[in-house]
Amino acid sequence: MRRLLALILFVGGPILYLSRRRDERRERVHLYYDDGSMVTLERGAPEAEQLLAVARSAL
Amino acid sequence: MDAASALADLTEISSQVEAAVVIDDTGAVVASTLDDAERSAQLARVALDLLGAVDKRFEPGGRALTQLEAALWGGSVFVARGEGQSIVATTSPGPTSGLVFYDLKTCLRSLAELKSEETKPARPKRRSAKTQADADA
Repeated sequence: MRRLLALILFVGGPILYLSRRRDERRERVHLYYDDGSMVTLERGAPEAEQLLAVARSAL
Repeated sequence: MDAASALADLTEISSQVEAAVVIDDTGAVVASTLDDAERSAQLARVALDLLGAVDKRFEPGGRALTQLEAALWGGSVFVARGEGQSIVATTSPGPTSGLVFYDLKTCLRSLAELKSEETKPARPKRRSAKTQADADA
Protein backbone atom coordinates (compact mmCIF):
# COMPACT_ATOMS: atom_id res chain seq x y z
CA MET A 1 0.00 0.00 0.00
CA ARG A 2 2.79 2.37 0.96
CA ARG A 3 4.66 1.47 -2.23
CA LEU A 4 1.57 2.16 -4.33
CA LEU A 5 1.11 5.55 -2.70
CA ALA A 6 4.77 6.40 -3.29
CA LEU A 7 4.45 5.33 -6.94
CA ILE A 8 1.35 7.51 -7.42
CA LEU A 9 3.14 10.49 -5.90
CA PHE A 10 6.32 9.80 -7.87
CA VAL A 11 4.55 9.54 -11.23
CA GLY A 12 1.46 11.69 -10.71
CA GLY A 13 3.21 14.66 -9.13
CA PRO A 14 5.51 15.51 -12.05
CA ILE A 15 2.71 14.87 -14.57
CA LEU A 16 0.39 17.24 -12.73
CA TYR A 17 3.14 19.84 -12.40
CA LEU A 18 4.14 19.62 -16.08
CA SER A 19 0.56 19.76 -17.35
CA ARG A 20 -0.07 22.87 -15.25
CA ARG A 21 3.12 24.44 -16.56
CA ARG A 22 2.13 23.60 -20.13
CA ASP A 23 -1.29 25.17 -19.65
CA GLU A 24 0.26 28.29 -18.18
CA ARG A 25 2.62 28.66 -21.09
CA ARG A 26 0.16 27.96 -23.87
CA GLU A 27 0.31 30.47 -26.70
CA ARG A 28 -2.70 32.78 -26.74
CA VAL A 29 -3.83 36.36 -27.14
CA HIS A 30 -5.85 38.27 -24.56
CA LEU A 31 -7.77 41.32 -25.74
CA TYR A 32 -9.04 43.78 -23.12
CA TYR A 33 -11.77 46.29 -23.95
CA ASP A 34 -12.78 49.60 -22.40
CA ASP A 35 -16.05 48.15 -21.08
CA GLY A 36 -14.06 45.76 -18.89
CA SER A 37 -14.59 42.70 -21.06
CA MET A 38 -11.82 40.37 -22.19
CA VAL A 39 -11.54 38.02 -25.15
CA THR A 40 -9.01 35.17 -25.25
CA LEU A 41 -7.93 33.78 -28.60
CA GLU A 42 -6.28 30.39 -28.28
CA ARG A 43 -3.58 29.14 -30.61
CA GLY A 44 -5.14 27.35 -33.56
CA ALA A 45 -7.91 29.88 -34.09
CA PRO A 46 -7.30 31.74 -37.38
CA GLU A 47 -7.67 35.13 -35.68
CA ALA A 48 -5.10 34.17 -33.05
CA GLU A 49 -2.59 32.82 -35.56
CA GLN A 50 -2.38 36.17 -37.34
CA LEU A 51 -1.83 38.09 -34.10
CA LEU A 52 0.65 35.53 -32.72
CA ALA A 53 2.66 35.69 -35.94
CA VAL A 54 2.93 39.47 -35.65
CA ALA A 55 3.81 39.26 -31.94
CA ARG A 56 6.42 36.57 -32.58
CA SER A 57 8.41 39.01 -34.69
CA ALA A 58 8.82 41.25 -31.63
CA LEU A 59 10.65 38.60 -29.59
CA MET B 1 10.43 64.11 -16.02
CA ASP B 2 10.52 63.27 -19.71
CA ALA B 3 9.40 60.23 -21.68
CA ALA B 4 12.79 58.56 -21.38
CA SER B 5 12.86 58.86 -17.59
CA ALA B 6 9.25 57.58 -17.39
CA LEU B 7 10.43 54.49 -19.27
CA ALA B 8 13.50 54.21 -17.06
CA ASP B 9 11.17 54.22 -14.04
CA LEU B 10 9.10 51.50 -15.69
CA THR B 11 12.02 49.14 -16.21
CA GLU B 12 13.25 49.86 -12.69
CA ILE B 13 9.85 49.06 -11.13
CA SER B 14 8.90 46.16 -13.38
CA SER B 15 11.70 43.61 -13.50
CA GLN B 16 9.64 41.49 -15.90
CA VAL B 17 9.76 44.10 -18.68
CA GLU B 18 12.71 43.45 -20.98
CA ALA B 19 12.09 46.22 -23.51
CA ALA B 20 9.49 48.95 -23.85
CA VAL B 21 8.72 51.52 -26.53
CA VAL B 22 6.29 54.42 -26.39
CA ILE B 23 4.68 55.35 -29.70
CA ASP B 24 2.26 58.02 -30.83
CA ASP B 25 -0.89 57.43 -32.89
CA THR B 26 1.07 57.49 -36.14
CA GLY B 27 3.46 54.81 -34.89
CA ALA B 28 6.42 57.13 -34.44
CA VAL B 29 8.73 56.20 -31.58
CA VAL B 30 8.43 58.71 -28.73
CA ALA B 31 10.78 56.96 -26.32
CA SER B 32 12.45 53.59 -25.99
CA THR B 33 14.43 51.56 -23.50
CA LEU B 34 16.43 50.13 -26.40
CA ASP B 35 19.60 51.69 -27.76
CA ASP B 36 18.96 50.18 -31.18
CA ALA B 37 16.69 52.54 -33.15
CA GLU B 38 15.89 49.86 -35.71
CA ARG B 39 14.72 47.44 -33.04
CA SER B 40 12.63 50.21 -31.44
CA ALA B 41 11.01 50.91 -34.81
CA GLN B 42 10.35 47.19 -35.22
CA LEU B 43 8.56 47.03 -31.86
CA ALA B 44 6.57 50.12 -32.82
CA ARG B 45 5.53 48.43 -36.07
CA VAL B 46 4.48 45.30 -34.20
CA ALA B 47 2.32 47.36 -31.83
CA LEU B 48 0.68 49.20 -34.73
CA ASP B 49 0.09 45.95 -36.63
CA LEU B 50 -1.42 44.25 -33.59
CA LEU B 51 -3.72 47.16 -32.78
CA GLY B 52 -4.64 47.59 -36.43
CA ALA B 53 -5.44 43.90 -36.89
CA VAL B 54 -7.60 43.81 -33.78
CA ASP B 55 -9.43 47.02 -34.70
CA LYS B 56 -10.06 45.73 -38.20
CA ARG B 57 -11.13 42.16 -37.51
CA PHE B 58 -12.24 41.76 -33.93
CA GLU B 59 -13.86 45.06 -33.09
CA PRO B 60 -17.37 44.36 -31.91
CA GLY B 61 -19.72 47.35 -32.00
CA GLY B 62 -18.95 50.16 -29.62
CA ARG B 63 -16.12 48.55 -27.70
CA ALA B 64 -12.60 49.90 -27.94
CA LEU B 65 -9.47 47.87 -27.32
CA THR B 66 -7.47 49.23 -24.40
CA GLN B 67 -4.81 46.58 -23.91
CA LEU B 68 -3.53 43.38 -25.45
CA GLU B 69 -1.28 40.53 -24.41
CA ALA B 70 0.18 37.97 -26.77
CA ALA B 71 1.63 35.09 -24.75
CA LEU B 72 4.21 33.07 -26.67
CA TRP B 73 6.67 30.31 -25.80
CA GLY B 74 9.58 32.70 -25.98
CA GLY B 75 7.96 35.51 -24.00
CA SER B 76 5.02 37.88 -24.04
CA VAL B 77 4.20 41.05 -25.93
CA PHE B 78 2.06 43.63 -24.17
CA VAL B 79 0.42 46.67 -25.75
CA ALA B 80 -1.46 49.28 -23.71
CA ARG B 81 -3.31 52.16 -25.31
CA GLY B 82 -3.50 55.63 -23.85
CA GLU B 83 -4.77 58.95 -25.17
CA GLY B 84 -2.61 59.79 -28.14
CA GLN B 85 0.11 57.39 -27.06
CA SER B 86 0.55 53.65 -26.69
CA ILE B 87 3.21 51.55 -25.09
CA VAL B 88 4.52 48.18 -26.23
CA ALA B 89 6.64 45.95 -24.02
CA THR B 90 8.22 42.53 -24.21
CA THR B 91 8.75 40.22 -21.25
CA SER B 92 10.21 36.80 -20.52
CA PRO B 93 7.82 33.80 -20.62
CA GLY B 94 5.11 33.51 -17.95
CA PRO B 95 4.94 37.10 -16.70
CA THR B 96 2.41 38.33 -14.13
CA SER B 97 0.13 39.99 -16.66
CA GLY B 98 -1.80 42.14 -14.20
CA LEU B 99 1.35 43.66 -12.78
CA VAL B 100 2.86 44.34 -16.20
CA PHE B 101 -0.33 46.04 -17.41
CA TYR B 102 -0.49 48.09 -14.21
CA ASP B 103 3.09 49.29 -14.69
CA LEU B 104 2.51 50.07 -18.37
CA LYS B 105 -0.65 52.06 -17.55
CA THR B 106 1.20 53.94 -14.82
CA CYS B 107 3.90 54.86 -17.31
CA LEU B 108 1.30 56.04 -19.85
CA ARG B 109 -0.44 58.11 -17.16
CA SER B 110 2.76 59.87 -16.17
CA LEU B 111 3.48 60.58 -19.84
CA ALA B 112 -0.03 62.03 -20.27
CA GLU B 113 0.48 64.26 -17.20
CA LEU B 114 3.80 65.38 -18.63
CA LYS B 115 2.15 66.20 -21.94
CA SER B 116 -0.64 68.20 -20.30
CA GLU B 117 1.89 70.17 -18.23
CA GLU B 118 3.79 71.02 -21.41
CA THR B 119 0.67 72.27 -23.19
CA LYS B 120 -0.57 74.24 -20.16
CA PRO B 121 0.21 77.99 -20.54
CA ALA B 122 2.73 79.31 -18.04
CA ARG B 123 1.04 81.23 -15.21
CA PRO B 124 2.42 84.70 -14.56
CA LYS B 125 4.25 85.00 -11.25
CA ARG B 126 2.23 86.74 -8.58
CA ARG B 127 4.01 89.33 -6.56
CA SER B 128 4.00 88.56 -2.86
CA ALA B 129 2.47 91.04 -0.40
CA LYS B 130 5.91 91.83 0.99
CA THR B 131 7.33 92.67 -2.44
CA GLN B 132 4.28 94.79 -3.16
CA ALA B 133 4.78 96.70 0.11
CA ASP B 134 8.46 97.21 -0.67
CA ALA B 135 7.54 98.59 -4.10
CA ASP B 136 4.99 100.98 -2.62
CA ALA B 137 7.47 102.29 -0.06
